[in-house]
Amino acid sequence: MSNAPAIARQIRQFIIDNFLYGQERAFGDDASFLAEGIVDSTGVLQLVSFIEETYGFTVDDEDLIPENLDSVNSVTVYVCRKANLPVTESPLEQSVGEHS
Amino acid sequence: MSSLSIVSPDVLRLDVRQETDRIVAGIRDQVFHQLKRKGAVIGVSGGIDSSVVAYLCARALGKERVVVLFTPEADSSPDSIRLGRMVADDLGVRSFVEDISPILKGARVYERRDAAIRTVVPEYGEGYRSKIVLPNLIDADRYAIFSIVVQSPNGETKKVRLSLDAYLGIVAATNCKQRARKVIEYYYADLYQYAVAGTPNRLEYDQGFFVKNGDGAADFKPIAHLYKSQVYQLAAYLGVPEEIQQRPSTTDTYSLEQSQEEFYFAIPLAKMDLCLFGKNNNIPAEDLAPTAGMDAKQVQRVYEMIDAKRAVARYLRSAPLLIEEIKGI
Repeated sequence: MSNAPAIARQIRQFIIDNFLYGQERAFGDDASFLAEGIVDSTGVLQLVSFIEETYGFTVDDEDLIPENLDSVNSVTVYVCRKANLPVTESPLEQSVGEHS
Repeated sequence: MSSLSIVSPDVLRLDVRQETDRIVAGIRDQVFHQLKRKGAVIGVSGGIDSSVVAYLCARALGKERVVVLFTPEADSSPDSIRLGRMVADDLGVRSFVEDISPILKGARVYERRDAAIRTVVPEYGEGYRSKIVLPNLIDADRYAIFSIVVQSPNGETKKVRLSLDAYLGIVAATNCKQRARKVIEYYYADLYQYAVAGTPNRLEYDQGFFVKNGDGAADFKPIAHLYKSQVYQLAAYLGVPEEIQQRPSTTDTYSLEQSQEEFYFAIPLAKMDLCLFGKNNNIPAEDLAPTAGMDAKQVQRVYEMIDAKRAVARYLRSAPLLIEEIKGI
């Protein structure tokens, strides 16, 4: 069984609490945090701290790329990979959808 | 598919005489008529931007209506005050040296900064020097996340990625330097009923390379519309000392020498200038690339970086927000 849906929910909630200040605006699980203006580079640092503290591994320098950290889906896949958790092919299909 | 129009390397060339006349007239009008002040105070760092502003103000207002300030602190390069004095002497303007280290020590700025550094480099202490640096952002898609470079008293250096708390702690402390300088500049502005000149060039103003209510605070900013390479053109025309024209741009904020490229712009300023021009004029990355000496992918990354920094800079430039418009003022 995949942990991905639970992780995706945690990531989404972290983004809403810390960058949208509780105002849950519409952003899809593939929406780019940077392009959508949700998270800036200092925010990425905050996201990295959250990942390290919550999932118990160190985010290496070479991992600090948008491919790993720029959307709910990409963070979820990255966390599952680094924490050796199973990922389904479509990690979030049973999780959150687009919020409106 | 690209039209591959050639972008001339001279796109940023100015008619320096005409531009100087325009700025000089603008300064005169702003200081005397709009701000109704008797002259200008300029904090001169020994760099190209503040030097050019000092020359422009002296030309616009008269040398007797210009005060130049040098505000060194414990981490300043000795070159800054030496070159600043060169400007004041050449212009024949009044100048004052105000060491801001006691203000910073009183506010525990160095202590707070060092405590933040020690959260990632525990051995950091007396005799150590440091600076914060960005990774290479141009050759790969990566985030602008800072590392700290520290040098021990015996010369060993090491580089460590900053945690969020360390980064914020270091920046919050060092930003006090620019704010302390502004306190002194406004002391002289009040004393002489002068206006304070801001010295950002266009790259800095556009991209938020300034401290809010620090070097970002000023009554007028006469070169904020000029690209960095245009500031150099004016410097040559105005007769700014050659050594200042040749001096690499530094932040002069950290105890280890730190270029503006490694702190903020990620690429040499001449290339950054061209990329900002390209972005402002909707020039496709592949058309600008040959002139900038970069490949199209690199230019595209810089275009994206410009957008990201602009988004952050909006807060830095914003005036205090009001719940409603105050009528009658």
